[in-house]
Amino acid sequence: MENTDSKQLLDMTRRHFFGRAGFGIGTLALSALLDERLSGAQTNPLAAKKPPFPAKAKSVIYLFMAGAPSQLDLFDYKPKLNQFDGQPVPPELVKGERFAFIQGTPLLLGSPHRFGRMGQSGAEVSHLLPHFAEIVDDVSIIKSMWTTQFNHAPAQIYMSTGHQIVGRPSFGAWTTYGLGSENQDLPGFVVLLSGTSQPDGGKSCWGSGFLPTSYQGVEFRRSGEPVLFLSNPEGVDAAARRRSLDLIRDLNEAREADTGDPEIETRINSCELAYRMQTSVPDLMEMSQEPAHIHEMYGTEPGKNTFANNCVMARRLVERGVRFVQLFHRGWDTHGSSGSDDIVNRLSEMCRATDRAAAALVKDLKQRGLLDSTMVVWGGEFGRTPMNEARDGSKFLGRDHHPRAFTMWAAGGGIKPGVTVGQTDDIGYNIVEEAVSVHDLHATLLNRLGFDHTRLTYRFQGRDFRLTDVEGEPVKKLLM
Amino acid sequence: MLFDRLQFVAALGFVPLCFAQTDDFVSRIQPVLKANCVVCHQGAKGSGGLALDSVAGLAAVVKPGDAAGSVLLQRISSDDKAVRMPLGGNPLPPETVAAIRAWIERGAPGLSQAGESKAVHWAYVAPKRPEVPAVRNQAWVRNPIDAFILARLEKEGLSPSREATRETLIRRVSLDLIGIPPTPAEIDAFLNDTRADAYERLVERLLASPHYGERWARPWLDLARYADTNGWEKDRRRSIWKYRDWVIDALNRDLPFDQFTVEQLAADLLPKPTPTQIIATGFNRNTLFNEEGGVDKDEEMWVNLVDRVNTTATTWLGSTLGCAQCHNHKFDPFTQKEYYQFLAFFNNTAIIDKHYGDTSHKYIEPQLSLPSGEQEARRKKLQKRIDSLEAKLKTQTGKLDREQRRWEEQMRSLEGAWKPLEVTAARSEAGTKLVRREDGSWLASGENPDSDTYVIELRVPRPESVTGIRIETFPDASLPKGGPGRDAYGDFTLTAMRLETVSSSGAAQPITIARMKSDGGHVKTDKDKPIAPLWEVDASRDEKRVGRQLVCVFKEPLAVDAGVLRLTLVQASEFSGQGIGRFRVSATDAPAPLKTVQVPAEQRAVLHMDPGQRSKKQATALSDAFRKVAPSLEASRGELKARQDELEALGIPTTLVMGDKRGTETPTAVMRMRGSFLSPGETVSAGTPAALNPWPAGMPKNRLGLARWLVSPGNPLVSRVAMNRMWEQYFGHGIVETSEDFGTQGERPVNPELLDWLAVEFMSRGWSQKAMHRLIAMSATYRQDSRVTPELEQRDPYNRLLARGPRFRVEAEMVRDIVLSASGLLSEKMGGPSVFPYQPEGVWDMPYNDETWKMSTGEDRYRRGLYTFVRRTSPYPSMSVFDAPSRETCTVRRVRTNTPLQSLTTLNDPVFFEAAEALAKRVAGEAGPAPAERAAMAFRLCTGRRAKPSEIDAIVRNYESQRDGFRQHPELAAKVSSGETKDAEMAAWVMISNALLNLDETLTKE
Repeated sequence: MENTDSKQLLDMTRRHFFGRAGFGIGTLALSALLDERLSGAQTNPLAAKKPPFPAKAKSVIYLFMAGAPSQLDLFDYKPKLNQFDGQPVPPELVKGERFAFIQGTPLLLGSPHRFGRMGQSGAEVSHLLPHFAEIVDDVSIIKSMWTTQFNHAPAQIYMSTGHQIVGRPSFGAWTTYGLGSENQDLPGFVVLLSGTSQPDGGKSCWGSGFLPTSYQGVEFRRSGEPVLFLSNPEGVDAAARRRSLDLIRDLNEAREADTGDPEIETRINSCELAYRMQTSVPDLMEMSQEPAHIHEMYGTEPGKNTFANNCVMARRLVERGVRFVQLFHRGWDTHGSSGSDDIVNRLSEMCRATDRAAAALVKDLKQRGLLDSTMVVWGGEFGRTPMNEARDGSKFLGRDHHPRAFTMWAAGGGIKPGVTVGQTDDIGYNIVEEAVSVHDLHATLLNRLGFDHTRLTYRFQGRDFRLTDVEGEPVKKLLM
Repeated sequence: MLFDRLQFVAALGFVPLCFAQTDDFVSRIQPVLKANCVVCHQGAKGSGGLALDSVAGLAAVVKPGDAAGSVLLQRISSDDKAVRMPLGGNPLPPETVAAIRAWIERGAPGLSQAGESKAVHWAYVAPKRPEVPAVRNQAWVRNPIDAFILARLEKEGLSPSREATRETLIRRVSLDLIGIPPTPAEIDAFLNDTRADAYERLVERLLASPHYGERWARPWLDLARYADTNGWEKDRRRSIWKYRDWVIDALNRDLPFDQFTVEQLAADLLPKPTPTQIIATGFNRNTLFNEEGGVDKDEEMWVNLVDRVNTTATTWLGSTLGCAQCHNHKFDPFTQKEYYQFLAFFNNTAIIDKHYGDTSHKYIEPQLSLPSGEQEARRKKLQKRIDSLEAKLKTQTGKLDREQRRWEEQMRSLEGAWKPLEVTAARSEAGTKLVRREDGSWLASGENPDSDTYVIELRVPRPESVTGIRIETFPDASLPKGGPGRDAYGDFTLTAMRLETVSSSGAAQPITIARMKSDGGHVKTDKDKPIAPLWEVDASRDEKRVGRQLVCVFKEPLAVDAGVLRLTLVQASEFSGQGIGRFRVSATDAPAPLKTVQVPAEQRAVLHMDPGQRSKKQATALSDAFRKVAPSLEASRGELKARQDELEALGIPTTLVMGDKRGTETPTAVMRMRGSFLSPGETVSAGTPAALNPWPAGMPKNRLGLARWLVSPGNPLVSRVAMNRMWEQYFGHGIVETSEDFGTQGERPVNPELLDWLAVEFMSRGWSQKAMHRLIAMSATYRQDSRVTPELEQRDPYNRLLARGPRFRVEAEMVRDIVLSASGLLSEKMGGPSVFPYQPEGVWDMPYNDETWKMSTGEDRYRRGLYTFVRRTSPYPSMSVFDAPSRETCTVRRVRTNTPLQSLTTLNDPVFFEAAEALAKRVAGEAGPAPAERAAMAFRLCTGRRAKPSEIDAIVRNYESQRDGFRQHPELAAKVSSGETKDAEMAAWVMISNALLNLDETLTKE
């Protein structure tokens, strides 16, 4: 918020919540509040704010692989599992375990996919991810993620908000609450969807929970205008729109003079910002501005709703100072109940649709010098079982939901490159080393953004809530 | 963050009026001790002999006025880890230490309240009617509310604002009481009403309006988390709108709040409840319902119980009882055990364990069917007929046996009429090796390409006699898993098929396939999505790995000279290598060849078996297949379908309700350690928290008792909590700002005496909500002008003391209602199933649910906001952008935001632009022709106020420039103009209307 032009836009919020409207604001907001009050200025909820500690990452691109990719076929290579393919799982391992679909004693399922050691780090990567293999030294792989949830919607809500029941703010909402955004002409938290549908957890995956709705993710739509109601109605050109905005402003200003209510100033600014968004968003969406080699690199398909197109868009958003971009790509749910949801056909298909673009995104950010300040996170909501699900006797190869161990990766923004965190047992059932909970992951990511995760809080219903609930430790090994 | 406020205040160097805190040991200091110290230093066995939960214990470590000399401060602020408390733990945050230091320095006020006497937080002491305070400006006081407000203002040296203008008042009170702005005629009537009690009459008229119930249902439906879908992944529809209508109706008939409570929590347990009363129990059936495949149904049920407890406690007790789900409440007097005792009240639901297939089942809670007398009679009749038809269709009789034998004969003869066609050429475009087998079939082998096209040429002996062709596929040991397809599982997918005749000159002529049918596998029909495969066969189970056929008939008979047929089979599905493994093509000259597939693939072999050789299972399966097509049963099948449709078309409304198991004395619940479902603990019986009022004598320990306990006179919270929420709707803030939390961590009431007076008054007026609305709306406090003077902006920026009237942006539903009302589009139709106003395509994008938003027709497009369909995982955009919650959880307070996305919505959402067009048309029809006249009317319809000359000037000038702009672009004007008038003038008025509907004043209650 350096230039004066942006300063004029500072007045965007209801003072009522950034004032002490009894929401009992945490430390962070308090400092903002003090600044605001002492300077006599009102606060735009999305005005850029400094984090309490020096930050490595300024922005986040979170690639949420909804449906849960199979770590055992992509990252967590288990020769022993291949060796014991078709054998019953040791009963003591699954005694009392709750599975979503598996019944009885399931059989172990080796991976039908080849693995190879990649990059300087020698990380083992499935041949389904040839492009990821090229960026393996830029990323940190966490093989020891675990979660408490074993059904999609609650697990996605848990991964998104730190709690399995809907109602809490999402990671992106917390981030924009804490840091605002660098670009006031675009939303601070943008959501891009590709794949089969919106995620199972619904729009609460990017909701603001009990935080003001200013912090909820703004969904860029799959087709039509990217932001709902962005375009003027048919027949209304920019000049006509400008004229009506002038009238709105004039009459609002007159009313402000009459009533003395500073809220009106806020509404005037919202209106003007809406007008500016009408130009800045279409400019952002103008993919033809990208050179051919970028299209080639990501594998875009202009005019379609693809993960690759969304990756390019994510980079363009971050370039423009948008704080948090979250991509959801749903379709990784490879149970093997049919030929279209197995780890042979479906998983290959999902990798073909995402691998190249995800790797291109990291490479592209790096070549532009943006990777240092942009954290890229990739992962699903839980893992998949080392056992074949065989639902109702299905012959298709597939894995059930597995909360005990799964793999995610992160790159950039002060995440140490080329590191692998954690280890699972010989068949990938349990974590044996360096377990990372969802709260630990969130604590780590918030740390890179310049926060002590225990201090980024918001008072609601008598309690200071935080993204990490009451747990979580940053994973030191991931910090650069 | 306990002391933010104190620090904040100190940093500012002045004490904002309304936040002046008396030192509050109970709500500020004691919680710190409780959370950090008392775990060890408690009671007679307190560590180090110190009991910080007693006055004596505290006195031993606190020297009032001397912080440095107080052991408490020394120990919490020491740098020595061996000394610093909490021992072995993280040090207390510096601001907490600072606050304790400040408290001691100030003489440790409130210390004597600590300890054995158990100082009680104000909210847990039942309110007593406070004396109405004396004020200097007695003339201003219209009722006791004003005395309480004025006493405080006078204390602070402030005076109330003058009364708002009548124009402002009628709009304000209309929005507050019925949620719809007044019409110009209503405004004029009020302005011209010279009677002394004109305002009182206005209030009475509004309270009697049925729209009152609609307006006040909205906040209650937020509490009740009312929605039209189940939430979570599948988010399927549910029918519970009868509950919404019950709330509206109950408010309109002013059902006393105690009865309102009892019916919603426990009407089903009342002696002889009416169906209408039972509908009310939908309050706690608005819980989510997760139907995701792998859900643990017991955990799912438990999650719903937790939600019922938390919602009930928030709604009636304004308490964060939910904090005690995992551990004893850290700040308020609720133990974890008490949490589960409270939960036990709800843990007695009558559930049906419903099974779906082998592996999944769900718990289904009660549902109430609400037929009219006529519907019920019809339903009974239909159901009886349906049952009898179903029985008939299931019963194999001797007559049917004889008919089946004839059918089998016919099927075998049809089968025999198919003759394999001689293949003259067969090739694969992608290199699959196709080899002919003795039976005339072709087997694929060699490389398995990702996608492929087979082109087969066939000789047809007598083309003009061909009535159909068929493609048969066969399992084959050489194929993966035994075939019949080539993918890893033996499946195949055919994505396209072409049929052509080839003349002797080589010219190809396409043949149109009229219909095709298969005896198994998915066959695309026109209704399917374009991406669906044409013929997709899942042969993954052994019993499904059988030969299958696809039969096609043509639109036109084949030409006489069509000697060669060319068949092109394309496999280009999203998955690789799914070609057909072994197939054969035949033709028939028999009539009705599609009948061949009346025999399902799995039963085809049975058809050719001697009846005596068939197993019972095989025989039954074949009979079942036969009865589905048996001509003699055709009439019955048709009637069954018709009756079922008729039953469905009766549209008997249903609604979700509570219902308890019979015969349980006192319900119990299993405690969950650390709040985790997976850690069961002790079993506890239903009961209420000891810190609150005692259980009423003789009351049964069930939900009904719980409801009666809540509204019994000794309950300290219910009346206060309800009145506080009502106040919040009028003034934008509750007297307790944290209307969802009256506990020690919530805000103190800004005017405690007023809150208590209202609470007691509410009960003494028989819990009549309308009586309390009347009091508030009539008060001088409420009638004040809302102008913000610089002094007030400085001294009371949030208007907590109410030295002026309320002024804030209205809620989401009211934004819609105001805009529709101004434009004249608003439908005043009440109740019924939720409606679907315009919503852009693609907003609904749910997994496992391809339901689309079908826009309502007629006046249902313009209904009030509260009737808009609520889909939890995908809320209606113009509602959520204005802070309406998704109704996934209980919401007490909506945070009011002000964002550019809101502006985009009100400027461009077709709903809002349509309103602008309607408003322009309305004004053109009703106002005089002069631009100033139209401007005046449009402005007044939007704001309820007569515009000032300067405002009229601004509008007219803007109108002229818009008009001139459109004159230069008639093509644009034609698109913007409304109705039949397609000129620049009308287009300009549409733009003016759009602007006026976007004014802050239009969307604000002043």
